[in-house]
Amino acid sequence: MHIVIVGHVDHGKSTVIGRLLADTNSLPEGKLEQVKERCRRTSKPFEYAFLLDALKDEQAQGITIDSARVFFRSALRHYLIIDAPGHIEFLKNMVTGAARAEAALLVIDAQEGVKENSRRHGYMLSLLGIDQVAVVVNKMDLVCYSEARFREIEAEYREFLESIGVEVESFLPVSGMAGENIAGSSQEMPWYSGPTVLEVLDGFREVLSPAGLPFRLPVQDVYKFTRFGDDRRIVAGTVATGSIGVGDEVVFYPSGKKTRVASLETFPPSENGPAPVGPKDAVGFTLEQQLYVGRGQLACRADEPSPRIGTRFRASVFWLARPAMVPGKEYLLRVGTTKVPVYLEEVTRLVDASSLAASTEATQIGRHDVAECILRTEQPVAFDIGAELTETSRFVIIDNYEIAGGGIVQDALSDDQAWVRDTVLLRNVKWERSDISEEERSRHYGQKPALVFFTGAGDSRKKELAKALETELFAEGRATYYIGLGSVVYGVDADLKHRAPDSQREHREEHLRRFAEVAHLFLDAGMVLVATAVDLTESDLATVRAVLDDRPAFVVWVGDAVTTDVGSDLHTADEESDRATVTRVRAMLEEQAVLPVV
Amino acid sequence: MSTREAAQSPDLIKHTERSAEPLPAHLKRLENISVHILREAYANFESLCMLWSIGKDSTVLLWLARKAFFGHVPFPLVHIDTSYKIPEMIAYRDQLTREWGLNMVYGENRAALEAKETFPDGAVDRITCCRKLKTEALKHTLAGDWPRYRFNHDLGRYETDPSTDPYTGVIVGARSDEEGSRSKERYFSPRDRSSNWDIAEQPPEFWSYYKTDFAPGTHVRVHPLLDWTELNIWEYIHHEGVPTVSLYYDQGEGTRHRSLGCWPCTDPISSTAKSTTEIIEELNSGKLRDVAERSGRAQDKDDGGGLETLRRDGYM
Repeated sequence: MHIVIVGHVDHGKSTVIGRLLADTNSLPEGKLEQVKERCRRTSKPFEYAFLLDALKDEQAQGITIDSARVFFRSALRHYLIIDAPGHIEFLKNMVTGAARAEAALLVIDAQEGVKENSRRHGYMLSLLGIDQVAVVVNKMDLVCYSEARFREIEAEYREFLESIGVEVESFLPVSGMAGENIAGSSQEMPWYSGPTVLEVLDGFREVLSPAGLPFRLPVQDVYKFTRFGDDRRIVAGTVATGSIGVGDEVVFYPSGKKTRVASLETFPPSENGPAPVGPKDAVGFTLEQQLYVGRGQLACRADEPSPRIGTRFRASVFWLARPAMVPGKEYLLRVGTTKVPVYLEEVTRLVDASSLAASTEATQIGRHDVAECILRTEQPVAFDIGAELTETSRFVIIDNYEIAGGGIVQDALSDDQAWVRDTVLLRNVKWERSDISEEERSRHYGQKPALVFFTGAGDSRKKELAKALETELFAEGRATYYIGLGSVVYGVDADLKHRAPDSQREHREEHLRRFAEVAHLFLDAGMVLVATAVDLTESDLATVRAVLDDRPAFVVWVGDAVTTDVGSDLHTADEESDRATVTRVRAMLEEQAVLPVV
Repeated sequence: MSTREAAQSPDLIKHTERSAEPLPAHLKRLENISVHILREAYANFESLCMLWSIGKDSTVLLWLARKAFFGHVPFPLVHIDTSYKIPEMIAYRDQLTREWGLNMVYGENRAALEAKETFPDGAVDRITCCRKLKTEALKHTLAGDWPRYRFNHDLGRYETDPSTDPYTGVIVGARSDEEGSRSKERYFSPRDRSSNWDIAEQPPEFWSYYKTDFAPGTHVRVHPLLDWTELNIWEYIHHEGVPTVSLYYDQGEGTRHRSLGCWPCTDPISSTAKSTTEIIEELNSGKLRDVAERSGRAQDKDDGGGLETLRRDGYM
């Protein structure tokens, strides 16, 4: 069982643990003598806390810098005690320690009483979902083992915990230094008849993952190792919740593509067939149909509630990095195995973790703050909301290569592409796949499908360039096709044109969506599609990308005058020759592995 | 039997039958986490390698890699050969390399060996010898500036590896309970460019989100076995039937090696445990509970008991 021990600095956590190890004879004999000898050599009075201070640095500073793991065994079971530092500077290390724990001991100094970190850590424990907490009031020897003082602290802290919805198993008066109530009952405190620290530890329940939750597997990777003639394509990951078996229909989000599980893979292969998989199992399985699946997708079961998908959501966030989280700056969001750019759109409520005063005026999230906010991602992500499925609602935010903060999604919010995404999801779910896989098609044509979109102001030479590219690719033997948005407008979209002959602008989004669906068909057929559109915007492109799923789409802006906000992959000036442009586009397609290098 | 004589013994590798029973829950939990970390390492880092010291821990690590990647090990295994390894270990290394089709690479500090700047040659103390033959050799082998020797499966022998690209990600079998400084490690630990260990700047890892983003040029150490104890390692070897060097067991002399290093600095302990079952019993009995696992490793004592200085300089 994993236990974390937290509390304000110098309230004596390390002493409590050191004492616990010594009093239960859990230390290797060499260790205690070694540390006592070192203290003698350096003329320092021996302290039980030193047993944990393995790092040379720390013995000088007198506090634990980092979470140390300590193994220990009671008569009942094995424990892993994670000692978490109390110093505010190392709060982020505390989060690391606490996050792997099933229960916590929170230490408060009897003399000093409830301090800032006593409250902050209590709040963090509740945010991290640790609901088995025992409060240890330490250094009772310094207050002469006074019952009055103990009850005073207990009352104050219980009030705080109630306000944040944390239930406490027990409050214990102890002295780590004197060994009172740690492993053995105290003689000095006859007024206390509750458990010792050791008894409280043995009383914590093991936390099990509820078996009835929907299947969620963040895909870590898809392996195709061909050595030894192995041709399996194995989807690998660690099950977050639920379970799956051979023959079950699995759906991958956010794309919505689905197929059945063909086999569960294990190594070494077991004679009786693979064991059933459950939460926390690291697994691998193969699929009946070869879908495009990659790291970052979320695998679920078709017959169970699906996750949410979106680019905007409301979340509780706690921030650990020095620079505050500010709107307008690009961070990285990691949820499951997905990693996407994310922005802080708005702070709706900032909670000061020690006083719990809430403010609605804040615009950024500072270090050690906790906030409710709205986050916006560049690409759609699949997730669950905290109230329904905690495991897959948890995320972290990366800033400058570091985990800068973490949080829980509370609710999915709508965004501009939501409707398109929903239709695409339904389309994917309903799609009847042919027996020819994408890879086979790719091999057959010697290319990967892609859309090359030429756009620019009304009078730019988009069409000429697009046709020139198509001609060049066709001459090489590529499967390619040119399509102008106008063709779609009068063909597939004739009904729209009929209803409102002069309002092409009004129906632009629907034109674009239909065009993108047509493009999707060409791309699914393995073609390199060359298209044109006037004044394509970033929002237009987002719609097109949503429809195309993960297929590559490249934008070439034609002409000196840039009239929209669309991000382009290539920009060609007015004076550049068609020949030069086509060559550049071709080179880009080679570089992006759409076309083979010639 | 002296260690030299043991090298000629035919029972080089002890094979235990793989148990038909499912793994006990606590081992399954450890295995799941280790496999997850190995897969994260492979997904996030390009020039990855795994250190194989041929000891029981790194062999369990190798076993876990084959589990994680379904029988394949998609990165090179690196061994730093001090030339003072108990000879059985080298033979065992090569036998498994052949059997499992491993991408095996070794490196060494040839200059120091030829100049006899070693402890067994009486030229330097133990710490300096470790620094030269292990730490320096490791740094330069990983960086690619010293020659690497790769096993060629077609030829059946080692040859100089033409690839000298640096390995920027290294998977290591360090465990928290081994000795003091190792208990402060993280699953993914950054080293700065010169492979030094900056203690105070460790990043947080929680909710199974490990730090897998690093600035370009950062070297990373991955520690999948961090939460495993010595007892867990033996229990796992027992259940899975992981092949181990026979030196870990009593061959009839009433002694066995609890920890394996170079033979001039590794002492056996007195023990009659002849099988994995007996070793587990011995560990559980409490007979060894008061003795630190590496107490037979002379160089630990010389470095203040925590291998701190060597650790900071990039030692494992």
